[in-house]
Amino acid sequence: MGIVALKTKTKKINEQPLVERQTVYSTKNCNLWYGNHHALKNINLDMKEREVTAIIGPSGCGKSTYIKTLNRMVDLVPNVKTAGVIEYRGRNIFSKDFHVEELRTRVGMVFQKPNPFPKSIFENIAFGLRIHGIKNKQLIHETVEKSLRQAAIWDEVKDRLHESAYGLSGGQQQRLCIARSLALEPDVLLMDEPTSALDPVSTLKVEELIQELKEKYSIIIVTHNMQQASRISDKTAFFLNGEVVEYDDTYTIFNHPKDHRTEDYITGRFG
Amino acid sequence: MKANEEQKSPVQRLLDKKNKNGFLGKGEKAIPVILFLMAAVSVVTTIGIVLTLIVETFTFFKQVPLAEFLTAKVWYPFSKTDASYGILPLFIGTLKITLIAALTAVPIGLAVAIYLSEYASEKVRKVMKPILEVLAGVPTIVYGFFALTFVTPILRAVFPSLEMFNAISPGVVVGMMIIPMIVSLSEDALSSVPDSVRQGALALGATKWEMTWRVAFPAALSGIIASIVLALSRAIGETMIVSIAGGSTPSASLDLTTSLQTMTSYIVQVSTGDVGFGTTIYYSIYAVGFTLFLFTLAMNILAQKISRRFREEY
Ligand SMILES: Nc1ncnc2c1ncn2[C@@H]1O[C@H](COP(=O)(O)OP(=O)(O)O)[C@@H](O)[C@H]1O
Ligand SMILES: [Mg+2]
Repeated sequence: MGIVALKTKTKKINEQPLVERQTVYSTKNCNLWYGNHHALKNINLDMKEREVTAIIGPSGCGKSTYIKTLNRMVDLVPNVKTAGVIEYRGRNIFSKDFHVEELRTRVGMVFQKPNPFPKSIFENIAFGLRIHGIKNKQLIHETVEKSLRQAAIWDEVKDRLHESAYGLSGGQQQRLCIARSLALEPDVLLMDEPTSALDPVSTLKVEELIQELKEKYSIIIVTHNMQQASRISDKTAFFLNGEVVEYDDTYTIFNHPKDHRTEDYITGRFG
Repeated sequence: MKANEEQKSPVQRLLDKKNKNGFLGKGEKAIPVILFLMAAVSVVTTIGIVLTLIVETFTFFKQVPLAEFLTAKVWYPFSKTDASYGILPLFIGTLKITLIAALTAVPIGLAVAIYLSEYASEKVRKVMKPILEVLAGVPTIVYGFFALTFVTPILRAVFPSLEMFNAISPGVVVGMMIIPMIVSLSEDALSSVPDSVRQGALALGATKWEMTWRVAFPAALSGIIASIVLALSRAIGETMIVSIAGGSTPSASLDLTTSLQTMTSYIVQVSTGDVGFGTTIYYSIYAVGFTLFLFTLAMNILAQKISRRFREEY
């Protein structure tokens, strides 16, 4: 599918914002090294609340690295070094007095491969509440139901809440993982190729879900799939070799890219 | 189509030669037979042992009523006039040792396993694991003398009322002996929990400990329980340490500070003594051995039940 087809599908979503949207993430001169490998180079990006920001680019260009930096999951990799500043709601996430646990409670993450806990469906959702000290049974029950409904999976699992999450299909597991994040009422949802392991029907369901969720949440999604980016996002950042080549409204990126490398990529000439 | 021998490549010639020999050499057919015989030997041996145990146990119960064995509260086979064969004291002796061993080994073993799997750096793990393996290879008689000549004197310095032979010292040392087993098997169970599951927990804002305790540990629970039960089965069957440091006084008392006898150390006492073949005492070691066998069998069945109940699959 070439640029022409994409054009027809891409709507100008954010032409006239009714209210001023606040910045959730502001990345300033962010650099990251895995040992000696310079994986992120001088990233500068501002992301607004209640928008879907897509991150696209060829394999190995640093998309996952960047999104994992936003909730500091990248800290788990040994020998990682970062420089620069990423502000989440005005606070530098690298500063000592911003605990990663607090950051990760506010910023949910959905992984490429569904990774439910080896527990019941109910306990998967309740887990986040429990670790944060919520003991009120009724509140937990209500939140589990609400989150599953929000993730559009309630009807499929309501009769088997106490069965293992491993009995669900891949697509259901991924929506369960989304529900698991939603239970903590996060401010931002980070999604790293959330549909790449799913079949087309499940993919569509997750995409519809993202459209609904953006009413309440800011969503940053890495995707390999350019149709997906054009369908669901408001802003798109094109990464190449650890750099941001272009960042703009999705409509602009897909219809009037300023950089020829962006155009080459979205028309499928490389990557 | 017959290719000239001269034109054939060396590889072809060798393959032809193998073909002429029937392709699959004679060894290929003999191997499953040999392997089967090996398997048969071990199965037959096991059956033989169990049968001997059962037959001799029956002989014992022809001389001593089962009711006495189960209900009498005294184990005193060496009396010429009124010998008493109540298993209870030996059973309690074994139970005391196993309990103390469990109290020592389970917390320490699990702590070390969790440390190695979740917290230790690659370097530390590389040093610790071989040390634990060495520890697992120390002969139990060495542990026995360690209990008697090192642990007991220290304990007696702190608690003067402790007897020279007691349950605490050998119990603790049996615990130390089974720690490597618990660590090794539990660590395996923890390491086989996929990292993606751990990341899922951390990404929800769980601390490392919350992740470990509420996700990794429960996910590994069936393997961990299996490791504990296996280790405790070894504790139950442990012989040298209790023979050396526990004494040889069958006692139904729950006092941990006094001399005791376990099922295994009774068997050692009789086997190494000069008891005549065919006497009731001789047959009693089979009855005791059979009880021990049932004890460990029950443990294993229990373990399977428990681990099935807690199984969390991934
Ligand atoms: N854990 C790691 N250790 C070392 N290098 C890594 C690690 N993860 C990713 N990289 C390297 O960093 C670069 C960016 O990787 P990644 O962010 O996963 O790319 P993408 O998600 O865009 O495919 C790649 O060159 C990759 O080889
Ligand atoms: Mg990636």
